[in-house]
Amino acid sequence: MKTICINCPLGCSIEVNEMGGRIVVTGNTCARGRDYGVTEFLRPVRTITTLVKREDGAVVSVKTSSPIPKDRISDFQRHIRGLVAPAGVRPGDIIERDALGLASDIVVTGVPDASK
Amino acid sequence: MQTQVTVIGGGVVGCATADALSRAGVSVLLLEKGDDVAVGASRANSGIVHAGYDCKPGTLKARFNVRGNELMWKLADELGVPHAKCGSLVAAPEGAEDGLRELASKAELNGVRVRILSRAESLAVEPRLASCVSSCLYAPDAGVISPYKLTIRLAERAVLNGARVVTEAEVRGIAHDGENFVLTTSKGEFKSLFVINAAGAGAEAVNAAAGAESFGTEFRRGDYFVLDKLEGENVSTVIFPLPTAAGKGILVAPTADGNVIYGPTSVPEDAPDTAVTAEALAEIRRSVPLTYDRPAFGRSIRVYAGVRSIVGEDFIVRESDKVKGFFYAAGICSPGLTAAPAIAEYLAGLVLPRLTPTLHEPVVVLPHAPRLTEMSDEEINARVAADPAWGRIVCRCEKVTEAEIVAAVHSPVPALTVDAVKRRVRAGMGRCQGGFCMPRVMEIIARETGVPFSAVRKGGAGSEIAVAAVKETEND
Amino acid sequence: MTDYDVVVIGGGPAGMAAALAAEAEGAKVLVLERDTRLGGILNQCIHAGFGLHYFGEELTGPEYAARFAERVRKSSVEVCLEAMVLSLTDGREVAFLSPERGLSRIKAGAVVLAMGCRERTAGAINLPGSRPAGVYTAGAAQRLCNIEGQLVGRRVVILGSGDIGLIMARRMTLEGAKVERVIELMPYSSGLKRNIVQCLEDFGIPINYAHTVTRVVGEPRMTGLYYAPVDENRRPVTAEEKFIECDCLLLSVGLIPENDLLVGTAVERDPVTSGAVVDERRMTSVPGIFSCGNVLHVHDLVDNVSREAETAGRCAARYALAGEKAVTPAFKVTAGSGVRYALPQLLHASEDKAELFFRVDNIYRSCRIVVESGGKTLYSGRRMVVAPGEMEKVVFPLAGLSAPVTVRLEI
Repeated sequence: MKTICINCPLGCSIEVNEMGGRIVVTGNTCARGRDYGVTEFLRPVRTITTLVKREDGAVVSVKTSSPIPKDRISDFQRHIRGLVAPAGVRPGDIIERDALGLASDIVVTGVPDASK
Repeated sequence: MQTQVTVIGGGVVGCATADALSRAGVSVLLLEKGDDVAVGASRANSGIVHAGYDCKPGTLKARFNVRGNELMWKLADELGVPHAKCGSLVAAPEGAEDGLRELASKAELNGVRVRILSRAESLAVEPRLASCVSSCLYAPDAGVISPYKLTIRLAERAVLNGARVVTEAEVRGIAHDGENFVLTTSKGEFKSLFVINAAGAGAEAVNAAAGAESFGTEFRRGDYFVLDKLEGENVSTVIFPLPTAAGKGILVAPTADGNVIYGPTSVPEDAPDTAVTAEALAEIRRSVPLTYDRPAFGRSIRVYAGVRSIVGEDFIVRESDKVKGFFYAAGICSPGLTAAPAIAEYLAGLVLPRLTPTLHEPVVVLPHAPRLTEMSDEEINARVAADPAWGRIVCRCEKVTEAEIVAAVHSPVPALTVDAVKRRVRAGMGRCQGGFCMPRVMEIIARETGVPFSAVRKGGAGSEIAVAAVKETEND
Repeated sequence: MTDYDVVVIGGGPAGMAAALAAEAEGAKVLVLERDTRLGGILNQCIHAGFGLHYFGEELTGPEYAARFAERVRKSSVEVCLEAMVLSLTDGREVAFLSPERGLSRIKAGAVVLAMGCRERTAGAINLPGSRPAGVYTAGAAQRLCNIEGQLVGRRVVILGSGDIGLIMARRMTLEGAKVERVIELMPYSSGLKRNIVQCLEDFGIPINYAHTVTRVVGEPRMTGLYYAPVDENRRPVTAEEKFIECDCLLLSVGLIPENDLLVGTAVERDPVTSGAVVDERRMTSVPGIFSCGNVLHVHDLVDNVSREAETAGRCAARYALAGEKAVTPAFKVTAGSGVRYALPQLLHASEDKAELFFRVDNIYRSCRIVVESGGKTLYSGRRMVVAPGEMEKVVFPLAGLSAPVTVRLEI
């Protein structure tokens, strides 16, 4: 697997391979780069920030309370398309707990209304 | 009610003609193919009110240019259209003084005031002339006007005087039933006693539909740079190079709204295509320094192009020999904007003796559309107290309030798209080009007209700003 | 007589932080915000990545904004919403219009400029082609998507790989659009590595470096565009032009501090940043007028905006309450080789240490940052890599400063 290390502006192009049960990272210039490569290889995860429809047709912004596996992002997007947040939802409210059994909640981060 | 005259084309000539006829009490129908008036050549040109020194003496161009210039300033005042009689210079390099003298003698034949100025005298008019300019032809009666605002205000006054404007009505057929012309359009059938074809780039096709003369139209595209208002103080007059066979050349001019334009090019086109090309922009970059000393391309906020329609050397403005009662104005390229009020006056003069006006209300004066930027503190506060929308600035760059946009949406020729609002009140015309105000303008149009936000268009059919609501598009 | 000690123009991250810092000094503060709520552009930045430095945790834009807005609500800071400032004078008279107060003219003890920045447009880059629906700045598309819930294209190309462009590539993809590619004029991205990986690579979106869009096609809706590689002078090689069918082009081609209000004032501007020239207090060349956040220079981290704004707010309050301190000599800071600009542009010898922010003009590997004054080295430090997209910061003692300062790179 080839990727770019995101730990610092150096942005090393790294390659991660499994050789005889060992994970080998090449192209990195530091230990953080090696750790990054191993994580990206074994279990890459991402925090997802996106939108959920609200009852009245507006949208509210949400995030996953913890990162979810990268290979589940499209499942997650498909799932979230069907969710509808109640009208009075506020930042911090949880729209769904343990979404898709990924041990991450869907939390409201912002609503579009003016706060007069 | 019997429509007496149908005007085809909502450009400056069509709208001026509809205005002239409706003020004379004639019942007028104006059909426009586009989504609004002023969406063809009338929105994308130089906005110059030419003095008339360079038209060939004896032509319609010379006659209508000079008369149009006389009519324009009062018309602009009456309609509240931004304008400035700032004069113009034709800048000649050393050795080209003959060219200026030739223009001066044409000016004399056309009855236009001009003076040949030395370099020193020219610099007093325009301090930033290029160093290679050795003398200039100065025409004090030239100036600038907002071409689309003029067109829109003419249409609005026509409507207040009883005219009907139907947009998105493309004329497909013109027949005669013995009493009336019968026009088949994309918006249904319309009848009238007379027809005036002022369809600009489409005039040839409209003539063909009516069985009138064909004339062979050529198209020329003109590309422009628009500069930030910060540059406005650096250009005080219209600066032309010496004219060539291709036209008046690439000019530097203030706009009536306080910006500066550089352009136009003159590129032959097969069709009225208004896409700007990199080559044309490069040509303008090369040409401007030949007349103007401190080009500020870094202050450009927009590039655009318009297409002018050319039929031979002169305008054609006449009644058809083949189809009586059918009139047409064709090949209205430069100085068409300046000439428009005179062409309208002439066409109205041809039609009016042949009918009895049916509308007898007194002529309605078009009320001025109030602008925040023109008001005193007291007036602003009185307005905000009565309507808080006057206190809500939507377009930051041009300082346009919600109240002005709402008024434009409900004006006699309603602004129903983002671009239509922009042409009426300048929201989105500034340096951020609508980056901040476009969503707000969309909200106001949606609310005031009752259409969904997602249906609000930039301009013509198919130009919806958004393509879908989020959470409704699948990509997998 | 003044109406307020400190008037803050703008209620985004910079304005809120400046207002709170001024209030903490005991000043009577008014914030003028043109939107219907506080927070500025953060409200539409629903992605995460904010607050790691300031709050020690990763927040989304609306969450970061809400934390400051909550502090403002609990403070004595007055906020006037939907308020657009129309003019500002060197004498600190502020004219503003709002539905609530009409046209007001007030006098401030000090003014803090915190109006943020705007995006470069298709017109500003002289983009050839037609001018159809479908061509928008990335920020306008972001607002339409994240606030209004509207998608502006189904097949999208993004010109410019600044962070907003990259963020919008992911945003549009997650909402079901197909992002065809990102096209970047420079041979590198000015965006964060993290965004290259997590916004493009994660979704298999290709990026073409050293390419540009040569023309837009379609009217009234965009139907596609041509793009081409550029030569060493950044001019397109039109012989290698290629076509992409798409209905949307998003532009992420630069941010410009929005200093339109300064026209008519004597505030000196830095031609490189487009913002004001300031000293370490973030005071401009007009006494009592301060500037901070993206209206001063475009930042990459909001956390730095908040810190900078706190300095400006605190110093503005002190200025308003105590008047100008005895003037001590100020020395100019110059950007030397490899450095595009440095800020503040002036340093006073009376301070004991200086914090200098700067941007480099290219990507440099294993280089040394050197700050000098009158032949003396004030700072010298090695860097593995520096890039134009990441603001650098150095701190050094100022004691005995007696000559202009230069910051440069040794490569």
